[in-house]
Amino acid sequence: MTVPAIVARDLTASYGARPVWSDGTFTIPSGSFTAILGPNGAGKSTLIRMILGQLPPAAGALEVLGGTPHRGNPDIGYVPQGSVFDSELSIRGRDFVALGLDGHRWGIRLAGRAAAAAATTASIDSVGGRDFADRSLGSLSGGEQQRLLLAQALIGRPRLLLMDEPLSHLDVRNQGAMVQLITEVARERRLTVLLIAHDVNPLLPHVDQVLYVANGKVAIGPPKEIITSRRLTEIYSAPVEVLTDSRGRLFVVGLEEEVSHPHA
Amino acid sequence: MREVDIFATVSNTSPPFTWNLFDDLASLFHYEFMVHAFQAGTIVAIVAGAIGYFVVLRASSFAAHALSHIGFAGATGAVVLGLSPVFGLLAFTLASGVTIGALGNRLRGRDVTIGIVLAWTLGLGVLFLSLYRGYATEAYALLFGEILGISATDVAVTLVAGTVTVAALIAIYRPLLFSSVDADLASAKGVPVTALSIAFMGILAVAVTEAVQVVGVLLIFALIVTPAAIAVRFTSRPAVAIATGVGLALAFTWAGLAIAYYSPHPVSFFITSLAFATYLAVRLSEPIRRSLSTRSGASSVARS
Repeated sequence: MTVPAIVARDLTASYGARPVWSDGTFTIPSGSFTAILGPNGAGKSTLIRMILGQLPPAAGALEVLGGTPHRGNPDIGYVPQGSVFDSELSIRGRDFVALGLDGHRWGIRLAGRAAAAAATTASIDSVGGRDFADRSLGSLSGGEQQRLLLAQALIGRPRLLLMDEPLSHLDVRNQGAMVQLITEVARERRLTVLLIAHDVNPLLPHVDQVLYVANGKVAIGPPKEIITSRRLTEIYSAPVEVLTDSRGRLFVVGLEEEVSHPHA
Repeated sequence: MREVDIFATVSNTSPPFTWNLFDDLASLFHYEFMVHAFQAGTIVAIVAGAIGYFVVLRASSFAAHALSHIGFAGATGAVVLGLSPVFGLLAFTLASGVTIGALGNRLRGRDVTIGIVLAWTLGLGVLFLSLYRGYATEAYALLFGEILGISATDVAVTLVAGTVTVAALIAIYRPLLFSSVDADLASAKGVPVTALSIAFMGILAVAVTEAVQVVGVLLIFALIVTPAAIAVRFTSRPAVAIATGVGLALAFTWAGLAIAYYSPHPVSFFITSLAFATYLAVRLSEPIRRSLSTRSGASSVARS
């Protein structure tokens, strides 16, 4: 059995003195697809920042790919949150993708230009970005930008892919296409994927497990088991209801309110 | 009184422009002060054009502008103390550059803070000027540049500073580009984003100090921002944009110097006017260029 991608034991996240959530104990198996769900400000991005080594755990232990989290881990590909580039931003998509390969190195690219160019093209092709990669990043649509962000994350051949709300700026059709693309790429490359999302529905057919972050607690499990009224009510000791609409889409009611009005 | 004397000399002795371009060039380089002006102008244009790309990419043009204005107080303060204005200029631009760099790009209201400090330091500059006898000449040179008064030593100092600036820019090129495009992503990849921001503003401070000699603190935009702003309208390839920016800055400086030689008007006016006219032409021609490119795109689709 391979080493799990992420192991957390009694993990506590905090920003300064303010605890965000505590006692998180979970395992993310290698090669699995996990959706991180929960209301705004619950600490989903905080978890990603800890995995990236940008924020140390306040308490407990966190193991990433069998080691301590550290910044600049080449085995991690990352797509940050809110990545909608300014329309005036003038850098060619291809040059941006290449930064994922060696943008952290000093100086200018002298040796290995041909190899870098080949790796860049291969990564762009793997996300279907050939038609727009030579245009300015700022001039691309949200879906095209997300594809190039993914190409940038994949170029270093990572084992773990972290994506912070890659779907939130896309329309429904593009969301579906993006999820499809992520799933295919992950299967081909045996990637472990952790993806923060607002809406679980476009992800439901593809995710192995969901990691729920809300009310200072973390819960993990297969979506069918976790996203139920009984289970969420039990975990968060608050009246949570999971509603299903006529097309089978799930809606979680009760957690958002708890967080946005904690003193009510 | 250096500046005034030079203008008098130029307007009294400048030969009329002939259409024999070879003779014109020969006469252009006849005077030593013109040779120095071309040398310093060339170095400054290369530095300004190169760093300008990052100023535009990082949306830091206001910070660049502010650096030169804050530097004005340092320069006039140095003059009051009997020092070379360049030292005061460099000290103030460096200190403010490093501070702005440490504040980072993300801080909301950064421009307001910079503007408030800028206004105060300009006030300081006026005070220092009033304390100094040679008020008008020194102020004129600092505000609008004195490239025709550059000595051989000034050229050598500019060359050293310019080489250091370009070398530093090359040394941090990739991580600077990365953190300018997406600071969050670069930070996750291990790029020291804040340190780079400080380093960049430090380099910019040196570049601004160099450029002040040519166009003065008020007109710094024309050499640092305008060429790069024009370049990014033509290309989104970083290396090509930098080369284009350098080329444009060189063209504006050389042409400005050449025109000024045959006219009684100041060099800065011609450099800034050439930069502005080019920018205007590029912006106004954009709808035409766009319709041309879509038409050719449409016809190639029709053909295929």
